[in-house]
Amino acid sequence: MISQGLLIMSYVVASILFILSLSGLSHQETARRGNYYGMAGMAIAIIATILSDSVTSYIILIPALLIGGFIGTKAAAKVEMTQMPELVAIMHSLVGLAAVLVGYSNFIDHSISLQGVEKTIHLVEIYIGIFIGSVTFSGSIIAFGKLCGKITGQPVLLPARHWLNLTLLILTIWLGSLFLSSAETGGGILPLIIMTLIALAFGVHMVMAIGGADMPVVVSMLNSYSGWAAAATGFMLGNDLLIVTGALVGSSGAILSYIMCRAMNRHFLSVIAGGFGSTTNGESAIVEGDINPIDIAETAQLLANAKNIMIIPGYGMAVAQAQHTVNEMTKLLKNKDITVRFGIHPVAGRMPGHMNVLLAEAKIPYDIVYEMDEINDDFANVDVSIIVGANDIVNPSALDDPNSPIAGMPVLECWKSSTTIVLKRSMAAGYAGVGNPLFVHENTRMLFGDANESLQAVLKALNN
Amino acid sequence: MKIGIPKEIHAGEKRVATTPAIAEQIIKLGFDISVETGAGLGASISDEAYKEAGCTIRKNAKTLWKNADIVLKVRPPEQHPELAVDETELLSKNGHLICFIWPAQNELLMQKLADKQATVLAMDSVPRLSRSQKLDALSSMANISGYRAVIEAAQHFGRFFTGQITAAGKVAPAKVLVIGAGVAGLAAIGVAKSMGAVVRAFDTRPEVKEQIESMDAEFLMLEFKEEGSGQGGYAKTMSKEFIEAEMALFARQAMEVDIIITTALIPGKPAPKLITEGMLESMKAGSVIVDLAAEQGGNCALTEKDKVIQKHGVTIIGYTDLPSRLATQASQLYATNLKHLLTELSPDKNGIIDVNMDDDVIRGTTVIKAGKITWPPPPLAVSAAPKPLTEAPSEQPKQKKKKNSIIPEPIKHLLILLIIGGALFALGSVAPASFMSHFTVFVLACFIGYQVIWNVSASLHTPLMSVTNAISGIIIIGAVVQISTPGFVISLLSGLAVLIASINIAGGFLVTRRMLEMFKR
Repeated sequence: MISQGLLIMSYVVASILFILSLSGLSHQETARRGNYYGMAGMAIAIIATILSDSVTSYIILIPALLIGGFIGTKAAAKVEMTQMPELVAIMHSLVGLAAVLVGYSNFIDHSISLQGVEKTIHLVEIYIGIFIGSVTFSGSIIAFGKLCGKITGQPVLLPARHWLNLTLLILTIWLGSLFLSSAETGGGILPLIIMTLIALAFGVHMVMAIGGADMPVVVSMLNSYSGWAAAATGFMLGNDLLIVTGALVGSSGAILSYIMCRAMNRHFLSVIAGGFGSTTNGESAIVEGDINPIDIAETAQLLANAKNIMIIPGYGMAVAQAQHTVNEMTKLLKNKDITVRFGIHPVAGRMPGHMNVLLAEAKIPYDIVYEMDEINDDFANVDVSIIVGANDIVNPSALDDPNSPIAGMPVLECWKSSTTIVLKRSMAAGYAGVGNPLFVHENTRMLFGDANESLQAVLKALNN
Repeated sequence: MKIGIPKEIHAGEKRVATTPAIAEQIIKLGFDISVETGAGLGASISDEAYKEAGCTIRKNAKTLWKNADIVLKVRPPEQHPELAVDETELLSKNGHLICFIWPAQNELLMQKLADKQATVLAMDSVPRLSRSQKLDALSSMANISGYRAVIEAAQHFGRFFTGQITAAGKVAPAKVLVIGAGVAGLAAIGVAKSMGAVVRAFDTRPEVKEQIESMDAEFLMLEFKEEGSGQGGYAKTMSKEFIEAEMALFARQAMEVDIIITTALIPGKPAPKLITEGMLESMKAGSVIVDLAAEQGGNCALTEKDKVIQKHGVTIIGYTDLPSRLATQASQLYATNLKHLLTELSPDKNGIIDVNMDDDVIRGTTVIKAGKITWPPPPLAVSAAPKPLTEAPSEQPKQKKKKNSIIPEPIKHLLILLIIGGALFALGSVAPASFMSHFTVFVLACFIGYQVIWNVSASLHTPLMSVTNAISGIIIIGAVVQISTPGFVISLLSGLAVLIASINIAGGFLVTRRMLEMFKR
């Protein structure tokens, strides 16, 4: 058993370690150290709490810890890098669920005796904690389903959905006042349960209405919610460590969401309100023109004769699992003294930084991987751009068609390079359902087929 | 339908209208191909090669023409030197002929072909649409001319193109001036540049500046405002003042450069005289001028068509058959253009052509349809220049949004600040001290998070998410402190929460570790 002072000191150390952990992630060199700081902070916090006076029974605690830890370890070892968005989404739902459970058990616990305003504030904290936890939980489950493809990626828009959301919100507030007044007399469990159900429905409805292309925003937003859920729990328990950590995670997720929204030139609220393309006025231009197909041999020749190649990966690369083939091709081309670089759009893929992880998995050195802002001015010097399974992030109509649903979104201006090769399964529209004039641009050549198979064939042709 | 490829009879013409590789592709479209014996010799293609590709070899030009529904040629028909008949006579009645015609210059020929009830498609009349680029034989030939022009210049130039520093001293690079940056001009710029020369280029159309600079050549600016773009992407005749300024520029350049390649042409007019005898005199001895406009009279005053001459120590090359001098390459590209045209003509790929006059490309190319002269075609409104893709970033939606807001921007900001401040003070006035101390921690932590996260590099956003996800498993502390509270339900709920949160912690940290291990330079 350790003293109260030691416990608080451990919490302070853990908080500092968490902050160091996040700041460690600013560079690749220090990122691993950052992760270890996080682990150390977590270990200190848990061990100190277990050893503190408030914990006297270990019968449930230790097995639960071990089983949970085991499942988590297994999941982390097994998951494919292409499934990272799904894993992150399901993990968020776990935090949400835990927040709900802690909230309920805290409400049931009558050993805490508070009076007057303090009691009211405490109840409000419980109420808010459970609300955020439930929304995070159900929202993350739906996000997980969408990312797996088990639920349609298209936005599901109920009629009058904004009014529906507003009604749910008002209902929640009304239930809250009901809960407060009945909790004074020892009741209140019923309004709490109804509110939980409403919050769950609200989470489902909110994420269902968001289209697949907005998934990076949703994932980072849920990340933020899971943090706020932890912070709310911290207030409820009067625990500063939970508050600090929750606030760190919450603001981190919020900033990520903001960065993603900015990368798509969309307002945060319009993403959350859902329904892609509902804000545009007027018809967007119809894409017309001839497609120039290209075959494997021509592609290989084009690549072999180029001096400067830019590869632009998109979600299609993850789907086709083409990152390893891309790496082999990169190595081969680099051996021929051809400059190969990667251009990454901030919202490529289904979560922030998704493409970087995939490229890192394939052992593509990170110093040839560039962000959009770093390389967009450089396309004039590029001989060949290869688009691997990307669509909306290289759509020129974002810049020159004010009526396009993605108007104003910064895109990788690959059409400025001498030739653009687009690897594509077929002529289907992208996730945003927007036609892409890039495909009929005179410098564009279309290489139809599965990205991985095509690239492997190109690789073979390059080797010969 | 049967396609016939006769041997070109124009003196010195080495090109041929198809190559074995392309013939194979045309046969796949459902056509039969006969080739006159020796047709490919000039382009180093043997009869055997054609045979292997599936063509029939015919010994006699007469039978070849007679048995062909479609004749593919390079040069316009002319008097056959051996058979002593005109090729138009050989064309079967109602037959099809696809080759260069130059209808504006060859009225007599057009009339003869019309009398034969022939259908004639002129490869020089392909309209300039982005769709028809793949059958634009003029561009393919111009490309070759530009390439060959530099090679010819190098042949007659006594020095290196590239600069070198050798043990035997320093060699200055050759200076090349290219006048007219059309397809030929740009090709010449590319070749001269890759040979190491210093390349300058001039064109009356300001929009080609970017193209010239993209080839790494210097664009010579004229301090004069006049738009030189005519219809269909070609140049037009300029005003007198402009020409004077232009000539002054050339006179200055002539004294400096070693090689001048001129490609200035205005459709349907004699070539403008850009290099005067005076400029020639001012050029260094040993300099070379390649005049690609020799056919239309030449851009240089002294050019003699089809000849290489020396005047004032300057070699002037006036060849008009540059594509033919690169016969294998020219035949291959020309054959590919023809194949694309045949593909357009037989959309069903059944070996039957349909001269569909509703199709802009076919309409423009067809100069005689079943004996009726259809040249010149009605003008097309479409310019060859592609629509600029990036020039106008959409400002409109933003402006619209701003107009929608009633409250001006600065007041809005102030209002938000006031509301937040008011809410905080309201909270402070009722909340107990214990809450306020937690609240202080909360607000400060939010600010720390804000400061720290902005520094995270974009490539690490996924690891950041999984690490914050693991950290948010700190909620386990809340469950741990409650687990020992008496009451079965509380213990159960807390135990479950511990289980779930520990999945999160272990999974989050370990998967981050796995990911970060991969981020290696």
